[in-house]
Amino acid sequence: MDVRSQVSMVFHLDKCIGCHTCSIACKNVWTDRKGAEYMWWNNVETKPGTGYPTKWEDQDIYKGGWEKNGDSVSLKGAGKLKGLKNIFHNPHLPVLDDYYEPWTYKYQDLFTAPEGDDQPTARPVSLVTGEHIDVKSGPNWDDDLGGSQDYARQDVNFKDLSPSEQEVMFQLERMTFFYLPRICNHCLNPACVAACPSGAIYKRGEDGVVLINQQVCRAWRMCVTACPYKKSYYNWHTGKSEKCILCYPRLESGQAPACMHQCVGRIRYLGVMLYDADRIHEVASTKNDADLVDAQLGIYLDPFDPEVIREAQKNGIAMSTIEAAQKSPVYKFVKVWKLALPLHPEFRTLPNLFYVPALMPGMASVQDGIYKETNKQFLWGGIETNRLPIKYLSNLFTAGNQNKIVEVLKRLMAVRWHRRQTTVGDVEQEIVDTAMQEVNLGAETADAIFRLTALATFDERFVIPPAHREESIEMLENTADVKGNTGFGFKEKPERGW
Amino acid sequence: MNYLLFVVFPYTCLAIFLIGSIYRYNKKAFTVSSLSSEFLEGKKLFLASQLFHWGLLVLFFGHLIGFLFPKSVMAWNGQPVRLLILEITAFVFGLSAFFGIILLVYRRLTDRRVQIVTTKMDFVVLAILLIQIISGLLVAYTNRWGSAWFAAFLTPYLRSIFVFNPQIDAIASVNSLSLKIHVISAFSIIGIIPFTRFMHFLVYPLDYTWRSYQVVYWNWNRKNIRVSRAHREGQKSTNN
Repeated sequence: MDVRSQVSMVFHLDKCIGCHTCSIACKNVWTDRKGAEYMWWNNVETKPGTGYPTKWEDQDIYKGGWEKNGDSVSLKGAGKLKGLKNIFHNPHLPVLDDYYEPWTYKYQDLFTAPEGDDQPTARPVSLVTGEHIDVKSGPNWDDDLGGSQDYARQDVNFKDLSPSEQEVMFQLERMTFFYLPRICNHCLNPACVAACPSGAIYKRGEDGVVLINQQVCRAWRMCVTACPYKKSYYNWHTGKSEKCILCYPRLESGQAPACMHQCVGRIRYLGVMLYDADRIHEVASTKNDADLVDAQLGIYLDPFDPEVIREAQKNGIAMSTIEAAQKSPVYKFVKVWKLALPLHPEFRTLPNLFYVPALMPGMASVQDGIYKETNKQFLWGGIETNRLPIKYLSNLFTAGNQNKIVEVLKRLMAVRWHRRQTTVGDVEQEIVDTAMQEVNLGAETADAIFRLTALATFDERFVIPPAHREESIEMLENTADVKGNTGFGFKEKPERGW
Repeated sequence: MNYLLFVVFPYTCLAIFLIGSIYRYNKKAFTVSSLSSEFLEGKKLFLASQLFHWGLLVLFFGHLIGFLFPKSVMAWNGQPVRLLILEITAFVFGLSAFFGIILLVYRRLTDRRVQIVTTKMDFVVLAILLIQIISGLLVAYTNRWGSAWFAAFLTPYLRSIFVFNPQIDAIASVNSLSLKIHVISAFSIIGIIPFTRFMHFLVYPLDYTWRSYQVVYWNWNRKNIRVSRAHREGQKSTNN
C-alpha cells in the first residue's frame, strides 16, 4: 500500500444555478492575459449541449484519454510512438475555432464617434488579430439550451439513445437541462502528464495537484490532445500550455480556490482523499467500463482505518492531513454516502472531481398540462419517468452503468422523503420507511446528507489541511511584489519566445 | 579572406552557439519553445510542416553520417547503383524541405492569425533556411556526386575544425560558390540558434522514449520531512 493524499472535489449539480460566477472568478485571477483570453480553466456548460470546446466529449474527434489495450491501457491519441510521430503536426489538436475567437468591444468608439443620426456602437474586435469580427461562437454559446437544434441535439452522450428517446427530450413540454461546471479533474492517472514529451507536466506528490512547469513546456501540444476533458490549453502567445492549478497558492495558505470560494450556489466542496497509489494502473485497466466507478471508489482509502493511518504516516503524510481526510466532505459524498460520481469514468484517467447528479429537473414533470413536482403515488415514480433519460445520465457519470445512476437518484429521493416528513409531515411514514430501507439509509445519515447539502458552512464545505510551511512553495513570498510576472514557481515577464 | 570565412567564422559561430544556448536553456528557459502556431492555423500547416521537418531531419542525419562514417559511405557508394539511390533519396528530401519551407513562408505571410505571432527573428530563420536549402540543392545538382566527395573532402575539413587544427586548403580551393555559401550559412545557422526558435530542436524530447508515463514530483523528501531529528535548525529552505 502506497498511501498518498489528494485534494478532491464534489460539485452538487442540484444546487448549481448556472450563474458563471466561478468562471469569472477564475478568469479574473488567472487567465486575463494575452494568449489566454480564450481559456476558461473553469467553465459551466448546459447539458444537454456540446460544451466547450465544441463536442469535447467525442473522443472519436479529439482522441483524448486512455483506451483499453489488452490487460492495460494506452493513450488514445498521444503516447511515445504516436506523440513523437506527430510532433511536427498534431492531427488531433483542437484549434482556436473549436473553442471560439476571443473578442472585446471598441468601447472608445462610443465616445469618439462623430455626431450623427445614429446611436454610436461598440463593434466587436478580435483579441487575436485586433480586427473587426462577427462573433460566431463563445465559451457558453449554447447556454440554457440556446440554439438547441444545433447544439443540444449534437450532445455526444446521446450516442446510444434511440431517435424516439431523443425526440422525447426535445418536446417543448418535456424539455429540461442542468448545468455542468467543469474544472481540471487533477486525475490520479492523468493523460496529460503521460502525453507530455518534455516531462513538463507533473502531479504534486503532496496534494495531487497537476501542474505544467512553464519553463520546461516546449509547445509540443500533446497534453491538449491527451486530456479528454480538454482542460489543458495552449497559450498561442507565449507558446506554452496552461491549465487549472487548483489555486494552489490559495490552498497552501488555507483558502478555498477562487472558483469555489465565489460559488453563489455553494455547490462546491473540497477535501482530502487518501488513496492507494499502487493500485492506479490496475484500476485504470478495469475490464468493463460499467465497473469503472466502483473500481475507482475502491482506490480511495478509509481515513479512520488504523492500518491506513499507519501506512499514511509512514509515507510522510502529516497527522493534520489525515484528520482533514477524516473530516473531508468529499469522502462523505463519494465513499460513505455514495452520492457523487466521476464525470466520464470511461476516459480512465480516474478524475478527482465528483458530481452529485441533478435530481430536480429530472423528477419534475408535466402531466395533462399540470406541472407536478414529484409523483407521490409511486415511491420512485419520478425516476422511472425521468425527463432526463437514465441512459443519458449514465453516459455522463457512470460509463453506461444505469443501475448506479438509479441508485444515486433513489438515495437523493429518499433523503427528500425523509426531510419532507420531518419538516412538513404530509407524507405517510410508511412511504418514508420503505424508501429509506430500500436504499439502506438511516435517519441520522439522511439528516447529515441534508445538512451538508443545504446548510453546510464554509468550513464544512472546504476542509483544507493546514498549510505545512515545509511543503508549500509560495506562502512565504509576497505575491504583490511580483504582480504581472509569470506568477508562481519563478518570476519572469511572460514574454513570447523568439 | 578564406581564413576569415572558414576558420574564424566557424569558431565564432560554434562559440556563440555553445555559450548562448547553455545560457538560454538555464537562465531563459521560459523563452525556449517550439512556438507552434498550429493552434491558430492547422490545415495549411499539415503538409508544409511535415514536408519541411522530415526533409530536414533526413538531410541532417545524412550529413551527420557522412561526417561520422566517411569510409562506410564511400564503401556504400562503391557501386554506381547504390550511389544513385543515395543521391536521389537525398535530393528528394531536399526538394521536400524546399517545398515545405515555401509553403511555410506563404502561410506565414498570408494567414492573418499567424502574422500576429510572427516576429522579426522568424523571418531571419526562414531566410537563412531558404539560403541553406537552395544552395544545398544547387550543390547537389551542379557538383555531382555530393555523397562521394563530401566524405572524401568536406569531412576532413569539418574534422579539422573540431580537432582545433583547421585545414582549409581543400575548401578554399573549391571553385563552387554554392558550396561555399552552403557551408557558411550552415555555420550561421549554428551561430544564431541561441537567438531564434531553432532552440527547439535542441530540446527535442528524446528522453520521453525511456521515461515512465506518469511524473510525480515531491517538493520535499516525504519520508524524512516530518521526522523531528531531520529538523534543520536555522537553515533556510531552498524555496524561499
